Amino acid sequence: MSTLVKPGTRYKSTVCDTEVIIVKPASAAIDLRCGGHPVVQVGEEAPAGLTLDPAFSAGTPLGKRFADPESGLELLATKAGAGSLSIGDVPLPLKDAKPLPSSD
Amino acid sequence: MHLGMLLEMAADGLADRVALGPLAGGLTFAELGHQARRAGAALAAMPGDRVGLIDLNSPAVPLTLFGSALAGKPFVPINYRLADEQLRAIVARTAPATIVVGAGVAERLGDIDGIHLVTRDELLALAADSEAKEADGWGGDPEDIAVLLFTSGTTGEPKAAVLRHRNLTEYVITTVEFAGAADDEVGIVSVPPYHIAGVSASCSATYSGRRTVQLESFEPRAWVDLVRAESVTHAMVVPTMLGRILDVVEADGLGLPSLRSISYGGGPMPVPVIERAVTMLPHVGFVNAYGLTETSSTIAVLGPDDHQAAIGSTDPEVRARLGSVGRPLPSLEVTIRDPAGVEVPTGERGEIWVRGGQVSGEYLGIGRIENDGWFPTRDEGHLDAGGYLFVHGRLDDVIVRGGENMSPGEIEAVLITHPAVEEAAVVGIPHREWGEQVVAAVVASGEVTEEELRSHVRAQLRSSRTPEHIQFRSELPFNENGKLLRRVLRSELENAFT
Repeated sequence: MSTLVKPGTRYKSTVCDTEVIIVKPASAAIDLRCGGHPVVQVGEEAPAGLTLDPAFSAGTPLGKRFADPESGLELLATKAGAGSLSIGDVPLPLKDAKPLPSSD
Repeated sequence: MHLGMLLEMAADGLADRVALGPLAGGLTFAELGHQARRAGAALAAMPGDRVGLIDLNSPAVPLTLFGSALAGKPFVPINYRLADEQLRAIVARTAPATIVVGAGVAERLGDIDGIHLVTRDELLALAADSEAKEADGWGGDPEDIAVLLFTSGTTGEPKAAVLRHRNLTEYVITTVEFAGAADDEVGIVSVPPYHIAGVSASCSATYSGRRTVQLESFEPRAWVDLVRAESVTHAMVVPTMLGRILDVVEADGLGLPSLRSISYGGGPMPVPVIERAVTMLPHVGFVNAYGLTETSSTIAVLGPDDHQAAIGSTDPEVRARLGSVGRPLPSLEVTIRDPAGVEVPTGERGEIWVRGGQVSGEYLGIGRIENDGWFPTRDEGHLDAGGYLFVHGRLDDVIVRGGENMSPGEIEAVLITHPAVEEAAVVGIPHREWGEQVVAAVVASGEVTEEELRSHVRAQLRSSRTPEHIQFRSELPFNENGKLLRRVLRSELENAFT
């Protein structure tokens, strides 16, 4: 279980190149996974010998935002990877955001 | 989140797209990443805790912005148009620092304690040297200061607004889709680097993957020429720029066919100017953006659809929205409050308060006023029933005549609708009986008398709002960003009329 308390905390997949950053923290501890396995904080040692679970191999595209309506968790993919994100076994959906007109 | 993150994502994900300069020979996002990392390593090794910049627009501006972030030092772009004495005073407040300077700036500064200078050309050469060391990582923590911006100081001693990495990146990731720009999009940057719009332009263009072409500084003919030469699709202008651009386009009749979007902000846009722009450039989508330095740029937008709906409507409430700044961004909250800090009912005027991740509301050496995250903007405004925000001007400019509060903006908006009035400004000056009296300064484009203008205002507003005196002038005092210098005007009119 990851606690995911602080915005700006960075996590990485243990089975692919995916990296994410927390934009809004979850209201309670949740089990964030990528490629079927729990993520670890960037800078921490990843457990060896894990492999990508084919059920979670749709991929995580760079720059997409994800949001879990249940826990309030929001994150941004800062590196793309072959694994896809989930909370436990439930895939994490993309954040539904309407495009804004360009103002810069 | 960190500006280093935005740059790294663009360098990884948009590597081969051109980021900066002409399509042939411009800098790609991958190269921008390498050059900024070299600038970052060099700036980290140079003396001082901060990195200043006193220069016109050039590739050195985004390289110094991102280079400072990667070096873990705040970026401090400073107004090169300040008089020498003021410039030296602000530079002294920035020490200890390394300052990137354009041509002629070193001579103006002389020796200042704790200040190390590096020229624009030296920085560009360091960044282009493929043998040079590159900074790694993002450069620091989200709580670190990304940018210090000295406010324009139209009402007093300049304060340095503090924007942290989390403020700017929150603004960018909630308003811009990563890699969301079509690959033929090109933005022109002509606002100066020390303006919040210059900082947000670099950040948003990088994250969206939009190519940027730069104008050293704004000049209407050069702006129009560059837009045509580079097939520019997106532009951001302040109101005074737009009128001057339209004059050039109207005179040569060649249009601006490549343009798709013009956003405007940085001050109130006179309705006649925006109506003229919409008529002359029917293929362009107009975006009115309202924001402050202290909010990391835009907090409300009136989009192209809103402009069309307002212009095409017979409902007076919808039509009035052309004079609004649109709806607040979904990522933040806006309320209108009375002087006691209590929220007022919809439609009533009060002070605009804003809360959200992009809002800093913090000044160097002063700190942040804690109001549960809410920042009082000192702007007066109201929200209509549809949630559209109207801005009436700075609260500090409100005129109090015999106990009645009035906004100069309301009276100016009426004056400007007179066909013989080109520019108008209204201020309050001391009056023995009323406390303050209303006076106006007008730049006329045709024959008109003071009495005619007074009747014009009296016919539309109550008589207490009619200017007691009107001064005809050849120009109004604006700063270089098109912001009216009310303090200067007030003292001039006070001398003339009391």
